[in-house]
Amino acid sequence: MTDAPWLDHENNTPLVQIRGLTKKFGSVTAVDNIDLDIYQGELFCLLGGSGCGKSTLLRMLAGFEFPESGSINIGGEDMSNVSAYERPTNMMFQSYALFPHMTVEKNIAFGLQQDRVPKSEITDRVDEILQLVELQDFKKRKPQQLSGGQRQRVALARALVKKPRLLLLDEPLAALDKKLRKQTQFELANIQEQVGVTFIVVTHDQEEAMTLATRMAVMDAGRFMQIGTPNEIYEFPQSRFVADFIGSANIFAGRVSEDGTDHVRVDTDLGEVYIDHGQSVTEGKQIWVGLRPEKIHVSKTAPKKAGPNQVSGEVEEIGYLGETSIYKVKLKTGQLVDVTAPNQVRSRSNEQSITWEDTVYLSWEPSSAMLLNS
Amino acid sequence: MTDLTNSPVSATSQQDIGFLQSLARRAQNNWRKIVILIPFVWLLFFFLFPFFIVAKISLAELAIASPPFTKLIEWTDTGVMNIRIVFDNFTYILTDNLYSNTYLNSLKISVLSTLICLLFGYPIAYGIVRSGPVMKPLLLFLVILPFWTSFLLRVYAWMGLLADQGTINNLLISIGLIDEPIRMLYTEFAVFVGIVYTYMPFMILPLYANMEKLDTSLNEAAADLGSKPTNTFFKVTLPLTIPGIIAGSLLVFIPATGEYVIPDLLGGGNVQMIGRVLFNEFSRNTDWPVASAVAIVLLFLLVVPIAVFQHYQGKENEGR
Amino acid sequence: MYNKRSRFLTVMVSLGLAFFYIPLLLLVIYSFNHSKLVPVWGGWSTRWYKVLFFESPEVWSAVALSLKIAFVNATFATILGTLAALAMVRFGRFKGRTLFGGMLVAPLVMPEVITGLSLLVFFISLQELIGWPAERGFTTITIAHITFSMAFVAVTVQARLTGMGQDLEEAAADLGAKPFKVLTAITIPRLTPALVSGWLLAFTLSLDDLVIASFVTGPGANTLPILIFSRIRLGLRPDINALATIIILVVAICVTIAALIMYRQHKRDLLDQQLAERAD
Repeated sequence: MTDAPWLDHENNTPLVQIRGLTKKFGSVTAVDNIDLDIYQGELFCLLGGSGCGKSTLLRMLAGFEFPESGSINIGGEDMSNVSAYERPTNMMFQSYALFPHMTVEKNIAFGLQQDRVPKSEITDRVDEILQLVELQDFKKRKPQQLSGGQRQRVALARALVKKPRLLLLDEPLAALDKKLRKQTQFELANIQEQVGVTFIVVTHDQEEAMTLATRMAVMDAGRFMQIGTPNEIYEFPQSRFVADFIGSANIFAGRVSEDGTDHVRVDTDLGEVYIDHGQSVTEGKQIWVGLRPEKIHVSKTAPKKAGPNQVSGEVEEIGYLGETSIYKVKLKTGQLVDVTAPNQVRSRSNEQSITWEDTVYLSWEPSSAMLLNS
Repeated sequence: MTDLTNSPVSATSQQDIGFLQSLARRAQNNWRKIVILIPFVWLLFFFLFPFFIVAKISLAELAIASPPFTKLIEWTDTGVMNIRIVFDNFTYILTDNLYSNTYLNSLKISVLSTLICLLFGYPIAYGIVRSGPVMKPLLLFLVILPFWTSFLLRVYAWMGLLADQGTINNLLISIGLIDEPIRMLYTEFAVFVGIVYTYMPFMILPLYANMEKLDTSLNEAAADLGSKPTNTFFKVTLPLTIPGIIAGSLLVFIPATGEYVIPDLLGGGNVQMIGRVLFNEFSRNTDWPVASAVAIVLLFLLVVPIAVFQHYQGKENEGR
Repeated sequence: MYNKRSRFLTVMVSLGLAFFYIPLLLLVIYSFNHSKLVPVWGGWSTRWYKVLFFESPEVWSAVALSLKIAFVNATFATILGTLAALAMVRFGRFKGRTLFGGMLVAPLVMPEVITGLSLLVFFISLQELIGWPAERGFTTITIAHITFSMAFVAVTVQARLTGMGQDLEEAAADLGAKPFKVLTAITIPRLTPALVSGWLLAFTLSLDDLVIASFVTGPGANTLPILIFSRIRLGLRPDINALATIIILVVAICVTIAALIMYRQHKRDLLDQQLAERAD
C-alpha cells in the first residue's frame, strides 16, 4: 500500500508525529491540542481561513515558535529542544524572504554554506536545482530583478537544495496571479514527485489544496475539523463546517428515522432523504443533511411517482456563469436551495430552458446526500 | 480625411480647444513655477549666495576698515576692472601647524565619536526594533525626548557631572575609590562624552528607521537554512542595515566635525577643534579673510560626506 | 541563543536610556540645591527659582525674544519647506532640480559655524550695498533660522508625501478638481500631521540654536541660548539649573502630550483596521 501509507500503520512509521500540540498567544489559543501523523512522500495540505492556526502549526514545525505543551517528532527525533537552524526541515516563506543583497545563486547556496558543503559540490547542486526550476539563465540576478513567478521558484529552489526531510510551504502560490497560480500548482506537484521530499503546504485556497494534496486537514480555531484525501473531504464531510468550507452545500436539519446496515432515512424540510449506504448514526437524533448544488437535478417536468429525494420549488434567481448556471430555488418552506446545472443548450428561448418564477422539480441520487453529524 | 480637416467648423472648434488647453496648461505651469521659485530663490539668496561671499573674502587681504577686508573687485579711474586675489590666507592656514593640527584633531574626534555612537547606537536601535508592540513606541519616545530638549542644557548637564567638584568625582571620593578628584572637565574625554551624548539620537533614529523596514522573515529564512543567530547577523542583518549605518554616521560625523559649543564648554581651551578656532578667529581677532579661508577649507573637507549624505537622502525621499 | 541575544539588547537599551536621562535628572535635582556652588549639596531649597523669577528680568526678555523668533521662523519655514517638498516630490523633473535638492538637504548637516559665518558676511555685504538690514537682531536671526529649519520641514513633509502616494490627488483631478483645488482640498489636509510636526521641529530648532544666532545677532539682541551660554561659559550656576529644569519640564510636557495624541490616533487606526478586517 505505497499509495496510501496512512492506511497501513503496520508497515509504515510516520515521518512527522505530532502529539497533543498546543500553542497560545496571550489569551488566544492558536493551536489547540492537535495530533497528526504525516508519512514520507506525502504532499499534505493544511487548509483553513485566516487565524485558524495553520501558519502557527507550520512555524512550530520549522522551529520559529515553540509549543506550550505537546511534542513534535520528525524522523524519529524529538524536536522540543532543536533550534530552527538545526532542524531537518526547510521552509518556503509566503513573502519568499529572498535575501535582497544576494544574487539568485548566492541565495540558493546560502543554506549549503551553513552546512559547510565543499565549494565544488555547492556549485554542482546549485546548478542542478536551478535546472529543475528552469532558472539557469538568471543565477546572477538579484531578487528585485525577477518576476513574481521567478522569485517563487528561487524560494522553492533555495529550500529544496538542502534536501530536507520535510519541506514546509507557507501559502506558496498566494502572491501569484490566478492564471500563473493554476499553472504553478501542477509544476509544484511535479517537482515534489521528482524530488520525493515530503511537503506540508499551508493554504487558504481550497482549490489549491484539492489539486495539490495527497491528504489534507481542514482547520478551524486551532483544531482539525477533518483529515482525509481531497475526495473524502469533498464527498464525505463530517460536519457542516467542512461541507460548507469546501465547495458549497445546501444544509438542512433533520432527524434519523431509520438506520439500516446499508441505508439511512432522514426526515427533513426537503421531505424524506434516502441514503443508500450505511453510516454510524443514532435513530431519532438531530442531524444535518448536505446536498452539493451540482448533485441536484433540476427539471421543469414533474417526477412520475412520489418518493424520497425530491422536492419542488420556484426559481427565484439565476446566475449565468457560462459553462454552468446557478439557480436559487425557493421551497414551499421558504428555504433557498442552490442548484448548478450545465448549460447544454445554447439558446434560452427554448421550451425546456428554465427561467424566473418557473416551478421546478429537484431530485438527487440516493448516494448524493451527505450526513453531517455536527 | 482631407474633407474633415478642411471643414471650417471643426477647424475653429479645434483651435478654440487648443487655445483653452494651452491657457489652462500655462496657468498650471505658472502655478507650479511659483511653488518652485519661492523656496528656490530663498535658498539661492540666503544659503548659496552667502557661501560665494565667504569664498570671496577668503581671497582678500586683511584691512583696517569696516568690514575688515580689502575689496576683491575695484574699478580703477579708467574704468578697468582690477581684480585682486590673494591666496595668502590659504597658504597661511595650510602651512601653519596650529591650523592643520586643529583640522586633524577635529577629524579624529568626530570619527572616533561617530564610531562610539555606532557601537552603542546600533544595539540600542536593534533592541528597540525587537521590543514588543507596547514597549516599542515608549522606547522610541524616550530616545527622541532628549532630542527636543535644549542642546545647550544637555551639554551643561555634563559640566556638572564631570567637574572637579562634580557629581562623578564626589561619588568616587565618597565611596573611597579615589582620594583626589580626577580631572575630566576641560579634557578631550569630556568632549567625546559630550558629542556622543548629544548626537546619539541622530545615530539611533536612522538606524531604527532602516531596521524597522527589514522583513523579519529574512532572519527566519536564514535560521531555517541552518544559519546560527550570530552568522545571520553578519550575513543578513548587518549588510541590509548599511544604508542606516551610513545615514546615521554622516548625521553624527559632519556636524560633529564643525562643533563649537561642546569643545568650548567641555574642552575649555585644551581641546582644539576647528569650529571653535573659526568662531574665535571671527569674534576676537576679527581677521575675516583668514576665518573665511578656515571655513572654506572645512567645507572642502566635508564636501564628500555631505554629497554622500545628499545621495542617500535623495534616494530615501524619491520613494525607492 | 535567542534569549541570550535579546537579553544583551535589553541591557544595551537600558544602559542607553540611563545614559540619556541620568545627567538630566541630576541637573534637575541640583536646581533645588540651596548652596551657591552647584555640586556641593547644601540642602533642599527653591531659592534659585526665586532668583530666576524675581531678580532676572534679562532672562525673561531673552525668553520673549526667542519665542517670538521661534514662532515667526516656524511659520515661514513650514510654508517654504512645504512648497519645497511639493516641488521635489510632485513636480517631476525641472530645471535646477539637482541644485535645489542639494540646497535643501545640505543645511541638515552643514556645520553651524559655516552657515552662521556665511550669513553674517552676507548681511554685512548687503547692508553696505543697499543699507539693509540696518541693524542685526530679530530680523537677521529669523531669516537665518528659516533658512536652515525649512530644510528640516521639507524632509518631514517629503517623507509623508512619498508615503501617501498620489492616488487621491489623481482621483480628485479625475472628478474635475483644478490643480490648486487639489492642493488645498486633498494634499494639504492629508499633510496636516507632517505640517504640525514640521512646525514643531522648526520651532524647537530655533529655540535651541546658539551658534548661528551668535553670528548674526547684533548688540542688545540676546536670545535665550546666547544668554545661557554667556553665563555657563564661566562655570556652573545654580540659577541656570533652575532655568534648565523649567525648560526640561515644559518640553517634556509638550512632547508627551503630542506623543500621546499621536499614539492614540495610531491606536485608533489600528482598531479601525481590526474592525474592518473582522467585518470582512
